[in-house]
Amino acid sequence: MNFEIPKEVNTGKVAEVTIGATSEQGGTRSHTVTIGGSTSLPFHFFEGQHPHRPAVAMEVFDKTPKKYLDSLMDYFGDVIDKPGEMAKKCVDEYGAELISVRLEGTHPEKGDKSAEEAAETVQQVLESVRVPLIISGHSHFEKINKVMKKVCEVTEGENCLINYVETDNYKTIAAACIAYKHTLVAQSPIDVNLAKQLNILLTDMNFPPERIVMDPLTSTLGYGLEYTYSIMERIRNDGLAGDKMLAFPMLINPGYESFRVKETWAPEKEYPDWGNLEQRAAYWEIATAMSLLLTGTELLIMYHPRAFEVVKNKIIEMYESKKES
Amino acid sequence: MALSGLDIFKLLPKTNCGDCNVPTCMAFAMKLAQKKADLSECPHASEEAKVTLGAASEPPIRLVKIGGTNALEVGNETVMFRHEKTFFHPTGVAIELRTSEGEEKLLSKIKEIEGYNVERVGEELSADLFFISHDSKNKEDFLKTVVLAKENSAKGIILDCSDEEILREGIELLKDTCPAVLLKNELSDKNIELTQNSDVSLILTAKSYDDLAKQTEKARNSGVNNLILNLENQNIGNQLQHNAILRRSALKKYFKPFGYPLFTYIHAESELDMLARASALLCKYDSIIVLPKYDKAMLYTLFTLRQNIYTDPQKPIQVDPKVYPIGEPTPESPVFVTTNFSLTYFIVSGEIENSGISAHLVVADAEGQSVLTAWAAGKFVGETIAKFIKDIKLEQQVKTRKIVIPGLVSQISGDLEDNLPGWEVIVGCQEASDIPSFVKSVKLT
Ligand code: SF4
Repeated sequence: MNFEIPKEVNTGKVAEVTIGATSEQGGTRSHTVTIGGSTSLPFHFFEGQHPHRPAVAMEVFDKTPKKYLDSLMDYFGDVIDKPGEMAKKCVDEYGAELISVRLEGTHPEKGDKSAEEAAETVQQVLESVRVPLIISGHSHFEKINKVMKKVCEVTEGENCLINYVETDNYKTIAAACIAYKHTLVAQSPIDVNLAKQLNILLTDMNFPPERIVMDPLTSTLGYGLEYTYSIMERIRNDGLAGDKMLAFPMLINPGYESFRVKETWAPEKEYPDWGNLEQRAAYWEIATAMSLLLTGTELLIMYHPRAFEVVKNKIIEMYESKKES
Repeated sequence: MALSGLDIFKLLPKTNCGDCNVPTCMAFAMKLAQKKADLSECPHASEEAKVTLGAASEPPIRLVKIGGTNALEVGNETVMFRHEKTFFHPTGVAIELRTSEGEEKLLSKIKEIEGYNVERVGEELSADLFFISHDSKNKEDFLKTVVLAKENSAKGIILDCSDEEILREGIELLKDTCPAVLLKNELSDKNIELTQNSDVSLILTAKSYDDLAKQTEKARNSGVNNLILNLENQNIGNQLQHNAILRRSALKKYFKPFGYPLFTYIHAESELDMLARASALLCKYDSIIVLPKYDKAMLYTLFTLRQNIYTDPQKPIQVDPKVYPIGEPTPESPVFVTTNFSLTYFIVSGEIENSGISAHLVVADAEGQSVLTAWAAGKFVGETIAKFIKDIKLEQQVKTRKIVIPGLVSQISGDLEDNLPGWEVIVGCQEASDIPSFVKSVKLT
């Protein structure tokens, strides 16, 4: 019996998005990171183009998160309150490909730091590392608009990935991204139609489509992962089938989301069936990341250095099989 | 491949004799196509009709059983993506027992794995299979391990032993418990002899599609049909592509030689690496995964992932409607109410926990729907919530007489107060993520 590999040809292509800018491009980064561009399902090298492998970022903070896990303190305890140094450690020691600066401390109820302070933090990180940056915000519209505007302004030309806007609050930040040449994350709450609608709103205001990354909202393992998983598969299927308003690279947050749930901090003494905490914390983030990678993730923001390392290595290994296809 | 009524009609005698209790062959063919009749009802059907219809009614991916009572069933999947319908048979997780490990160690390991049962969202989760690999020089070690596993556990067993004589004895010991055998070399006539007319499943190993198809054809032609496929490759990218191609061939091309469940023994550099590989293969089409190591945290992570991926997307997972303590609540602690949609429950309970307070979380029965959906359907309104609170006798459990409802359904507050005399209803925040700041800004008791 002769076997022929059944191939499926798609008409769509995921947009290619570049983050960061080198000095020739008006920034100060040593290199840029490009994601997206695939024409078949994730890792289906046998039937499509996959010019760029998914990139893995790590995150630093403008204010020590209230519930920062002991298992992460072992790695970052000395630098957790020094975003510049922490970023350097993520890049030099662990191999982070991008750095996300989370500006949670500007939230009125979580520190209420000013836009200027946020801009200073971002600049510190820009100076201490040469990889492209992601700037991650929060859901307090009024404040985050102020903060992002300022940050966009002081980082003009760096082509940061501004993370994020949502349907109820996109105009101010999107306009700042256009004005100061940054890339943007469009976040929607686990829903194909809402995701599409936001992308349409953005392109309607002439936001360049090659600067949009989608965040379908990550639910972590055991807490609704199946919803994110299926929504991402549907978004990717529709995008490859030719729906341009869904054919964008996707971002997930396995770190931030995993380290909020009990499974990554509850001690084994209290939950003997859950096994060793040290391992479990990393496992939880890995399983979230690995499963969602298969649905169309192009950019991950991870926390645990060992989870980061394993996931990055798996991506590289997957792309090694590209040569054979 | 489903046949149409007309396709079936062409295979029938076309005599309209009526012996099938249907007046015409055409009418009978239509009933067959709708699966409302069985071909055996026509006494005149040809051999060709029987074979063709039989093959057409075979599922595209065969269901294979491993184990005795409570056997693990894998295969019989019908879609590539879970959102198209659902994945039916969750990946079986096997744990390796090496025969060189020594009787004492093996016994305690078997007992520990057998005793490992963990509950999550109302489901009992445990390892499904033992994978016995013969790496000792001694035949007795192999047989002893098989007996230990069989006597101390009801889990199904996969045997991995390259010596055919020893393997035969091992299979003999597992009579009537549907064992599976991993064949690492090409399928031999001896292997076929060993499994013909038995309940043993064969895991066929190959390095290429053609080689794999050749072996499954050989087995099928000898009447050996309980097969599992092991297309060997160490690279995770290749493994995932193989799995996608095999599954697609079976489902979309009805390529019979690949219409069987898939198997992988996870080779890994470290525990974290093992979990990463197993996670990916569990999502993308492996029906059996062998873990070389027993690690509770790894199993719990994988079981949770399996539960997520194999949940029916049409049926929301529900949690039991009742009062859940968050932290260590006293009768004076605040009371929150939400629906029993699992995701809603998880997020709300998680955020209350994050806020650092202790509370009573009333999870009302809303048939597993989210807050807004349940409200729109009239299942999460003043009357139903009040009735639930009375049914569970909440007033006897707490002293507080304030209850926080989700901000998304602020419109039910008056209705709820009318139905719950003596209670004050507080409208909470719209987003669960705002709970930590909400509890700081409002007096809840
Ligand atoms: S019994 Fe068979 S041959 Fe007779 S009418 Fe029915 S289908 Fe036709």
